[in-house]
Amino acid sequence: MKVILHRRYRFSASHRLHQPGWSPEENRRVYGKCANEHGHGHNYVLEVAVTGPVDPSTGMITNLADLDAFIERSVLAEFDHVYLNEQVPAFDSLVPTAENICRVVYDRLRAYPHARLASIGLEETGANSFEYAGESRENE
Amino acid sequence: MVYLTRKVEFSASHLYHNPDFSPEENRRVFGKCNNPHGHGHNYVLEVTIAGEPDPRTGMVLDLKELKGILEREILDRMDHRFLNYEVPELAGKIPTTETIAMAIWQLLEPRINHRGQGRLHRVRLYETPDLFVDCMGNGQ
Repeated sequence: MKVILHRRYRFSASHRLHQPGWSPEENRRVYGKCANEHGHGHNYVLEVAVTGPVDPSTGMITNLADLDAFIERSVLAEFDHVYLNEQVPAFDSLVPTAENICRVVYDRLRAYPHARLASIGLEETGANSFEYAGESRENE
Repeated sequence: MVYLTRKVEFSASHLYHNPDFSPEENRRVFGKCNNPHGHGHNYVLEVTIAGEPDPRTGMVLDLKELKGILEREILDRMDHRFLNYEVPELAGKIPTTETIAMAIWQLLEPRINHRGQGRLHRVRLYETPDLFVDCMGNGQ
């Protein structure tokens, strides 16, 4: 039997979608309002899914206290209440679209030592959500 | 293949305690959930059935029948109960979301799959909106 644990976390951050190699017109054409030079913000919801055997002595795939601390340390401490473009080095030369945020977060969370990362989800707004399970999934 | 999901809710109390652990170990591993008086949740259960619709009825499975199975097998057992002491399927186990979801899978699978129409595909159990577990059969 396959068991997957899902946990949702929240962070609020601002970003701007902008490719420095493009003209202002091109940025405006591709990214629309999101290219606004002063940035704008979202209440993001990050959904982390991990899988693995359930330890019979605890009934758990992983202790939530360990998972919460790891997510806090690996993502939330750096991503919550910041301007992603300017304050998170991972986005120095990477446009912080939700897709790219998913990839950056997924690559960090793969290091979680107590369970296997199954996938991550990111809600940028109630209407836009994204899911990423690494590249290998496409070959499964 | 069509996937059909039915949602039900139940409210129950539980506590996490492993008699093989010392009191300190129980508190360290289970935190607040080790409170000997227990505490409760409003659980939300989503049961997904996969199958081909019967050409005569257009249904994968009659929802009235599924409703009856969920009432008899899950709600009558778990709703407004103290899970540790009143649900035989959880006796001697730590009733985490993982453990409860697996017990629900084992209760439902024979009731649904023997009918030959529609197979249990996924049990999703929410302990809170931010914590939920998926249980899927082997190879899914």
